[in-house]
Amino acid sequence: MATDMKRVGQESSTKTLGFWIYIMTDCVLFATLFATYAVLHGNTFGGPSSRQLFDLPYVFIETFLLLTSSFTIGMAVLSARAGYKSRTIGWLVVTFILGLSFVTMELTEFAHLVADGNSWQRSGFLSAFFTLVGTHGAHISVGLLWMIVMMIRIAKGGLKSMDVGRLALLGLFWHFLDIIWICIFTIVYLMGVL
Amino acid sequence: MMDFLLGGLTPSAFVHDPLMAGAGYAMVGALVLAAVGLTYFKRWKWLWKWMTSLDPKKIGVMYIVVAVIMLLRGLADVLLIRTQQATSVGNSQGILSSDHFQQIFSAHGTIMIFFVAMGIIFGVLNLIVPQQIGARDVAFPFMNSVSFWLFAVGMLLINAPLVVGEFAATGWLAYPPLSELQYSPGVGVDYWIWSLQIAGIGSLMSGINFFVTIIKKRAPGMTLMKMPVFIWSVLCSMSLVMFAFPILTGTLGMLSLDRLMGMHFFTSGGGGNPMMYINLIWAWGHPEVYILVLPAFGIFSEIVPVFSGKKLFGYTSMVVALIAITILSFTVWLHHFFTMGAGADVNTFFGIMTMVIAIPTGVKVFNWIFTMYRGRIRFTTPMLWFMGFVTTFTIGGMTGVLMSVPAADFQFHNSLFLVAHFHNMIIGGVVFGAFAAFTYWFPKFTGFTLNERLGRYAFWLWLVGFLLAFIPLYILGFMGATRRLDHYDASLGWQGLFIVAGIGALLICAGVAMQLLQVTVSIIKRKENMVGTDPWNGRTLEWATATPPPEYNFATILVVSTRDAFWEMKKNKVVSEPTYESISIPKNSGLGVIIGLFALLVGFGLIWHIFWLALVGLVGVIIVLIIRLTSDDNDEVISAHEVRMIETAGGGA
Repeated sequence: MATDMKRVGQESSTKTLGFWIYIMTDCVLFATLFATYAVLHGNTFGGPSSRQLFDLPYVFIETFLLLTSSFTIGMAVLSARAGYKSRTIGWLVVTFILGLSFVTMELTEFAHLVADGNSWQRSGFLSAFFTLVGTHGAHISVGLLWMIVMMIRIAKGGLKSMDVGRLALLGLFWHFLDIIWICIFTIVYLMGVL
Repeated sequence: MMDFLLGGLTPSAFVHDPLMAGAGYAMVGALVLAAVGLTYFKRWKWLWKWMTSLDPKKIGVMYIVVAVIMLLRGLADVLLIRTQQATSVGNSQGILSSDHFQQIFSAHGTIMIFFVAMGIIFGVLNLIVPQQIGARDVAFPFMNSVSFWLFAVGMLLINAPLVVGEFAATGWLAYPPLSELQYSPGVGVDYWIWSLQIAGIGSLMSGINFFVTIIKKRAPGMTLMKMPVFIWSVLCSMSLVMFAFPILTGTLGMLSLDRLMGMHFFTSGGGGNPMMYINLIWAWGHPEVYILVLPAFGIFSEIVPVFSGKKLFGYTSMVVALIAITILSFTVWLHHFFTMGAGADVNTFFGIMTMVIAIPTGVKVFNWIFTMYRGRIRFTTPMLWFMGFVTTFTIGGMTGVLMSVPAADFQFHNSLFLVAHFHNMIIGGVVFGAFAAFTYWFPKFTGFTLNERLGRYAFWLWLVGFLLAFIPLYILGFMGATRRLDHYDASLGWQGLFIVAGIGALLICAGVAMQLLQVTVSIIKRKENMVGTDPWNGRTLEWATATPPPEYNFATILVVSTRDAFWEMKKNKVVSEPTYESISIPKNSGLGVIIGLFALLVGFGLIWHIFWLALVGLVGVIIVLIIRLTSDDNDEVISAHEVRMIETAGGGA
């Protein structure tokens, strides 16, 4: 039994290392998109520039939602570690709602841009913008899907050690996306408007 | 409605010129024949067990089988290219149309790098890494299977144009704006993108997998500085995969968004920047060269000590050199396009960094030579491949340093000199390394060695063929011949050298034929070459397992106290008292194959604009992943009693 526990411990630390490395590779992917955005930022091809397009207060609300969700998912992981099943699910539901609101706001922003004739086809700058921000949004959506699966599993099977481990990885993923968003907020929106 | 159902796919997509159609028929025929054979011999179940296996040794064999088949495809392309360039001079137009010729050299480059070289490297890694670090498995066995099947799907997609559609005519890296929709409206570039995208994601997952395996799964006592140098080389190579392949994923993704959604990343109009693509693709592409060649360095660092009867000279400097190459390989990408006009300062920086990278490489060459010095050298085939490698690779290295001078590179750029240089590195380095590895580790998995005489014949055919095929290209490059020429003027006087290069290619083909013969003869006459578990007087832990190794590799996990752990055990006559314990191994899983199939649908759907099919594939992948990741019962246990039965029958350690 003791060796079994040891084996499980080793396995979860292997998984954690693997997941950290995955996150690092994803970081490189985002770095590629950030670099491309930086290069294409001025290539507006006669279309609107970032200064004309972005609405800071709106993006600030998005940022606020996402940062809060990082806090709530942290609470979910802590509750899971402490063994509170319904509290864990509760915090996950809050996180899910915050994340979903974020994605909805982002899609609304996109829809407005497209409706005004400023789609990704308009210029190199807008291609880079939609791809960078959209890739982040796609990651958030994957995180939301993962959250649904976790909620169902915890609701049905309780807080098994495997699932607590998986929830911790989800937390890691979510915090990582938060950091990426802070970079997007700074480089794309803040520096784009200033 | 038909547009929705079939996208861009029309009956005319299946019509090809006779040459391509012939290749397509041959491919489909071979598949049908294989299916008939499997049915006749009732081997479907056997095949399925292989396909669903999570045992890295079986996955490694499958990688190598795919790589060998793709090597033959790549060689067929070579013969066409060489024939065209030897005959298409003056009034004669050769055997290929210009467009078809372009598709062929694009396919040749892509296939040889992604599906031959990468396939061989990942095959060797799967077979050797777990055993050499004294582990029973890789860190993530299921992900390993998914990696392989994504690789296999990429292979299918790159061969599919022989049957349906056309392949890219844009060279192996598909530079925009040529590869943009405006100039390449067909599906060729899309085949290229999705074949590489899917296989590339598989490679990225393998990179993470082997990195974590080496960090977490080493035998107790094997500290980092006690790891065999091959393991060090893999660790470095996999770090490069982790840093470089996401760039490839991003870049291919952006090119694809340009083509699918009308974006303007790399277009010549609309505010795009084609030079950005060239920077990004080489920020992946240069490390990729080292991803391939570092494991080859590692292989030679295992072979030279064994066949010299000495420990490796300068272990620490070998490790430092590997790490130095790993870091430097990210600082040289711009030397692929000095002519872009980045300015003198930038070009000088990258020129100097390129020269600097020759230093750690030189350290390695001298270490191998000093290992041989005063050794008791056995000139077996693996050692011959090493000698061939050292000479050809050094020549290639020197021509590389020539090109690293930006002023000189303005002359060499895009010429056949360059083509000769990188073939020098890839064939002399990676391919010779792979052949050395194949001969060296073959008896580990089969129990008999390969026929030495035929191996020597194959080596000499390859070496002479290689020199004949590529020395003329160096000369032609000096004479001004550019790469990718499908026709040239008779007055240039190039034809003689092109014919010599063609003869060289034929000799290489004879070398490959000799190797196929070698394997066949060795299998038929295997009784004559039977050897025990340690045929070469090996030094590292993979020789401590039974031959062929059981699925769990080691019945008892060994404790390591020195480098060359197996050598120490033999010297100190350590006989580990067999204590059998139950071993848990991952069950076979068909989900890797199914993920591969869904990925195929995604790729095919996006290539032909059949978007519902792509969506089905994507949803399928997600569902299968959720099924797998939420299942808790993925292992099976071999009881201690069964382990004892297997071990006493096999006589393993």
